[in-house]
Amino acid sequence: MNVPHRLARAVRRGYTAIATTLVLILLGSPTARAQSSFAGVIDQAQPKIVKIFGAGGLRGLEAYQSGFLISGEGHILTVWSYVLDSDVITVYLNDGRKFQAQVVGMDPRTEIAVLKIEAGSLAHFNLEEAVPLETGHRVLAFSNLFGVAVGNEAASVLKGSVAAKTDLSARRGAYETNYRGPAYVLDAMTNNPGAAGGALTDRQGRLAGLLGKELRSSVTNIWLDYAIPIPEIAGPAEEIIAGKFRPMPRDEDAKKPKEPHSLALLGIQLVPDFLPKTPPFVEGIKPDSAAARAGIRPDDLILFVNQRIASSCKQLADELTYIDRLDPLELTIQRGPELVEVTLEVE
Amino acid sequence: MRVMQVPRVTKILAALLLLLAPLASQAAEVSQLVLDAQEQRIVAIARATQSAVAVFANGGSGGGSGVVITPDGYALTNFHVVQPAGNYMKCSMSDGKLYDAVIVGIDPVGDVALIKLLGRDDFPAATMADSDAVQVGDWCFAVGNPFLLATDFQPTVTYGIVSGVHRYQPPAGTLLEYADCIQTDASINPGNSGGPLYDARGDLIGINGRGSFEKRGRVNVGVGYAISINQIKKFLGCLRAGRIVDHATLGATVSASDDGRVMVSNILESSDAYRRGLRYDDEIVSFGGRPIGTVNGFKNALGIYPKGWRVPLVLRRDGQEQEIHVRLTGVHAAEELLHLMTREIAPEPGPKPKPGRPLPRPDGDQQPPDKQPPDKQPPDKQPPDKQKPDKQKPEVPDHAKPHAPPVPPEIQKLIEPRGAFANYYFNRLNRDRVWSAFQANGDFSQATGSWKFTGELQGGGKLLGGGKVEVTLAGDVSSGTFPQGAAKVEEDKDLDQQLDPPGSGGLLAALHLWRRMLVDGPQKFGEVYYYGTAPYPQVGELADVLVGIRNVAETNFAFDPHSGRLAALEMSIAADTDACEIRFSDYREVAGRQVPHELEVRQGETTVAVIRWSQVELALAPEEKP
Repeated sequence: MNVPHRLARAVRRGYTAIATTLVLILLGSPTARAQSSFAGVIDQAQPKIVKIFGAGGLRGLEAYQSGFLISGEGHILTVWSYVLDSDVITVYLNDGRKFQAQVVGMDPRTEIAVLKIEAGSLAHFNLEEAVPLETGHRVLAFSNLFGVAVGNEAASVLKGSVAAKTDLSARRGAYETNYRGPAYVLDAMTNNPGAAGGALTDRQGRLAGLLGKELRSSVTNIWLDYAIPIPEIAGPAEEIIAGKFRPMPRDEDAKKPKEPHSLALLGIQLVPDFLPKTPPFVEGIKPDSAAARAGIRPDDLILFVNQRIASSCKQLADELTYIDRLDPLELTIQRGPELVEVTLEVE
Repeated sequence: MRVMQVPRVTKILAALLLLLAPLASQAAEVSQLVLDAQEQRIVAIARATQSAVAVFANGGSGGGSGVVITPDGYALTNFHVVQPAGNYMKCSMSDGKLYDAVIVGIDPVGDVALIKLLGRDDFPAATMADSDAVQVGDWCFAVGNPFLLATDFQPTVTYGIVSGVHRYQPPAGTLLEYADCIQTDASINPGNSGGPLYDARGDLIGINGRGSFEKRGRVNVGVGYAISINQIKKFLGCLRAGRIVDHATLGATVSASDDGRVMVSNILESSDAYRRGLRYDDEIVSFGGRPIGTVNGFKNALGIYPKGWRVPLVLRRDGQEQEIHVRLTGVHAAEELLHLMTREIAPEPGPKPKPGRPLPRPDGDQQPPDKQPPDKQPPDKQPPDKQKPDKQKPEVPDHAKPHAPPVPPEIQKLIEPRGAFANYYFNRLNRDRVWSAFQANGDFSQATGSWKFTGELQGGGKLLGGGKVEVTLAGDVSSGTFPQGAAKVEEDKDLDQQLDPPGSGGLLAALHLWRRMLVDGPQKFGEVYYYGTAPYPQVGELADVLVGIRNVAETNFAFDPHSGRLAALEMSIAADTDACEIRFSDYREVAGRQVPHELEVRQGETTVAVIRWSQVELALAPEEKP
């Protein structure tokens, strides 16, 4: 409330006073310092950036991405991608310390995931303190693009500015993305391979966004460089940490019903399960089955069963054994860029 | 309510800012900081732009960028820029003039080439900065010739920040390894190759040469890499020598242990590192004074050195640290590198027309047909130049070839492709320079008689202990008396069989060759070439090194660049044995010539003997044999 008051007074005193106030705001010593180098700002931010290594490695599918710490106890915010479809997710901190990370959970709508490493007293960004950006604001982008950095090597830093603040859904049909909310479109080439999950900050190093996945327009072949504003994902991230969208383990005491659901009963045939964590893609649907009635199609990817993560064929099958076949079954399905929720009932 | 108010306040502020922006810019005291920063940037760019060079191959087929680093026209560029251009090229500068340039030396692994622009001795040279002081987040800018736009001679300036330092980029194919390089988001595009990366002051911090590319085509995607200028400083002496300079290997490989230490995972028993005491499973603590924490860190520390340098290495074994000094061998066998070069840079002796070479087309539709992943390619490695098989070249009709103008005769004199030299002309130039500086301290060419030395062994030597030493050096046969007994060296026999006194590594033979060099000079001693510069402990900075091959010995002669005096020699008899090293000091005048009166004889890490001459006689004419 102080700021408008001060400004109102300043208006009364005349434009010179306002100009002086604005100069003080704009040219405070941190800004003047930042003119010569961002080294100090970057040094403060780098310990919060992590390098993530997981599944992938085939051509065009890099086995790495970026992330940043959002709690002192080792919670890491990143994007949800195939890189995390691995039994072993390795995280390197900026100081070179290496950890095996667990997936706490993920939110398919915003395509974020939260990882956890066992460590304490870590430098981190506080999601609640994220700053909003406007078009024209100047930014720094921290990421391990192209996997340039390994071990204790620092993440790469690019400078740029917010070229537009817009909804990704405006490009529906051109860009394949689950996330449809507001995005900062950037004028720097921030969204390179491996950069997804990196941090976008203002030029004082304050967190503002999460670097999104690579996005290429199917119409123009143009690659989009963008970040998701933190307020759009802070809620889901908190929910994940609080326990929603959690994968296994389940309570050991949890009781299994005598007559649970099964894939065969529902009429769902999955792809052959030949990987440690084969993603549960639908291969075929039995006619007149519960799945057919619910409109499930081949090539659908099953994400959740009754709000619980089903990250592999095995886990999906196991998850079904906890649900009585008399109870309805809610599936969250990814179909192309769409998220579909269906309810199955066995007659 | 509070939450709702925040955007409103922001909007009010933004509106006020918009309203007041013209006012604020009118208030001079307001924007002085900004104006100052802008003025500094203008000054830096104006100064730095003067030193930038646009390199065009003779005949206008392809090119890149470069930067002048000395007033007499020595300029840096990329190896992969001069490779297709050959040994004569045209360089334009922002003064609107076109200069002839010749190749001087190349570092094919490090992707660096030294060229010399001709016609002036007052070129605006760039100031080389300390690139190890560069930090991530520093402003920087690239100046160059992207997409060969500088046909109007005006270079392009792209501004950015340093995105990473001490980056390691593995070799692209057999060559072009970028160790310890600087990563920037300043636009580095095809044609920027070889051009300067400057810091905010306009001082030279690196040579742009490659970028990461993957899916977006062969244009900048915000990730360019520059070879650090500190690495190039180490190579500069060797490049000025007109040589094809190789990078170095330790003769050992390393890997990370489970707890993250860098351990020797394999080592050649014939390597100098092994003789110095490095063993399998030793931990490498530091290399070249740089602490080693990762495998990439080690590759970065190693990749900045030319073949032949001796570099300190600290190892740890059983909790004990030990410092050794390792002579680095080449990444490639000499023949191998030469083969690569003769294959890839064919000397062009005459004004033969060259086949057509399209300009770089960085539109992504010329994907290199080789198996390299695209991101390992230098940005303007021009597929039509390098990757089109030779057999396709004749298919270009003769009349379609742009005819390269003939090399002018006065410039042809400055071009001498030969063997392991990119341009032997510059080797001879430096060999003669070093020898002239040496002779200013005394001309020994008339002292063809026998040289007699009498002296005492001092403390400090481990093997020879104390006692009297007498040495007589003469044309074909030298002799001496040491505490271990008499010794003799005859040049009509192989020197590797005459390594007396025992335990010295061939002290008498080394002294014999020393006299030979002083009397005969580099032209008569044998095959003598200028190595370039390398560190020697007794020379404050880098020493000028001549390498002489005579009999079965290869001997390095290290000269102090200031005094011109011979500071040390190192006689190597075989690749798998330690050289005999003599460090000369206490120069005094004898018969009008400066002669060292104290010798420290070393082999490996050991001081073998310290000898002080009490009496020195140089006979001018050979005595008659009895």
